[in-house]
Amino acid sequence: MTRWKITVDKNVCICSAMCVALAPGRFVLDEQQRSGPVEAEIDPDEEVRDAAASCPSEAISLVDADTGQLVDLD
Amino acid sequence: MTVDSSPVKFTPALPGQPAPDIRTISRDRPVFRAELPGGRIVWLVTGYENVRQMMIDQRFSRALAVAPGQAQPGVEMFAGGSINGMDPPGHTRLRKLVASAFTARRVEALRPRVTSIVNQLIDAMLGRPQPADLVAGFSLPLPAQVICEMLGVPAGDLTQFHAWSDTIVGDWQRDSDEIMTALAEMYGYFGGLIEIKRARPADDLMSALIAARDDTDRLSEQELTVMCCTLLIGGHETTANQINLSLLLLFDHPGEVAKLRADPGLIPGAIEELLRCSRLGGLPPARVTTEDVRIGGVVIPAGEQVMPLIGTANRDPSVFSDPDRFDVTRDAANHLTFGAGVHHCLGAQLARVELQEAFLGLIGRLPGLRLAVPAGELEFKPGMAIHSLRELPVLWGEP
Repeated sequence: MTRWKITVDKNVCICSAMCVALAPGRFVLDEQQRSGPVEAEIDPDEEVRDAAASCPSEAISLVDADTGQLVDLD
Repeated sequence: MTVDSSPVKFTPALPGQPAPDIRTISRDRPVFRAELPGGRIVWLVTGYENVRQMMIDQRFSRALAVAPGQAQPGVEMFAGGSINGMDPPGHTRLRKLVASAFTARRVEALRPRVTSIVNQLIDAMLGRPQPADLVAGFSLPLPAQVICEMLGVPAGDLTQFHAWSDTIVGDWQRDSDEIMTALAEMYGYFGGLIEIKRARPADDLMSALIAARDDTDRLSEQELTVMCCTLLIGGHETTANQINLSLLLLFDHPGEVAKLRADPGLIPGAIEELLRCSRLGGLPPARVTTEDVRIGGVVIPAGEQVMPLIGTANRDPSVFSDPDRFDVTRDAANHLTFGAGVHHCLGAQLARVELQEAFLGLIGRLPGLRLAVPAGELEFKPGMAIHSLRELPVLWGEP
């Protein structure tokens, strides 16, 4: 079973909090309201894919932990 | 700390007019009470970190600011019930319905179509006598055509939209009856269009929103109508005038234009610098404190109106060195023109693509582009939401 690695670029995050809304429990905001993953590596999750695709600043990237390839967001 | 009870009189300036000396006012008091024209008392927030903090802190509520009795005339009356005037979680429920249509990847896919509209408009300008009005011939039809195609609104109805949109956004000194009439007409128009799309769905954003309403009940009929109006108005007035104001800045900096002509690869960076430096907004949307909030060394009590002065963030010397210098090679991408937090501009990426393609076209295909009248003769609509030019007469080619 493949796993996904989640990273959030805090320098790019504009604190829209869309990810927290779309994938509750998967992302958490720090005291600066910038997002980060709750767990850095997860089983594939459509809500997380949706959150990454919907991030207004494209701060979230999803990588297949086995292959190192970017996960298709469509 | 003593409470400063005397508000500073503050009049927002139009582009081309001297701005109030906000640096002097805010040097010792980055957050202060101000009296706006008409006597309205608000707190003004200045400086990059304070403005950013205010935008991401949900104790500054948009919903309270546009509530009946609080809302100012004009676009703020329209904001109530739209994503622009809501707080989470209601805001989140609606925004996520449209967020995926405006991501950088989705918008990038529209770029070839944007380029093609730019070229059609410039072709038409080249075929007509000079001077030409760039507002009617380019800066308004470009973003209007793009958002109409995204939504699935017939582009033939554009003239009608401009009239409504002008009334709602362009002139706050109109009486509110006129604004309410324009709003009612626009809602009526979209109500009819929604019925047409409902019967014959197409591959467009309006049909997708109708499906979200009908199939999964994720928004009300009223929310659906308001969302369509929000996207249409937000999708073109802003970008159109950002094109106008950017051009005015470039006309004053021929050396910078020469750099862009020599290396069009600089254009995306230049767009960020233009967004940083041009003053698109007049009075920013207000927020109201939900509780006492400490910011910039003061405590703003609960229930007060607060406005972020984005221009002071974009010209904060601790973030942008020599901030009054316009420099197309500067890294300006962290400007706050699109805001931050939950109300960060939904259409930011779309605006960027439109602006990039617009200036690639204007600079590449209309060399020598210049004002046909003295800058002092340009007329801005007396609205306060967006600095909106009535006309922009231009010439191009050899002088």
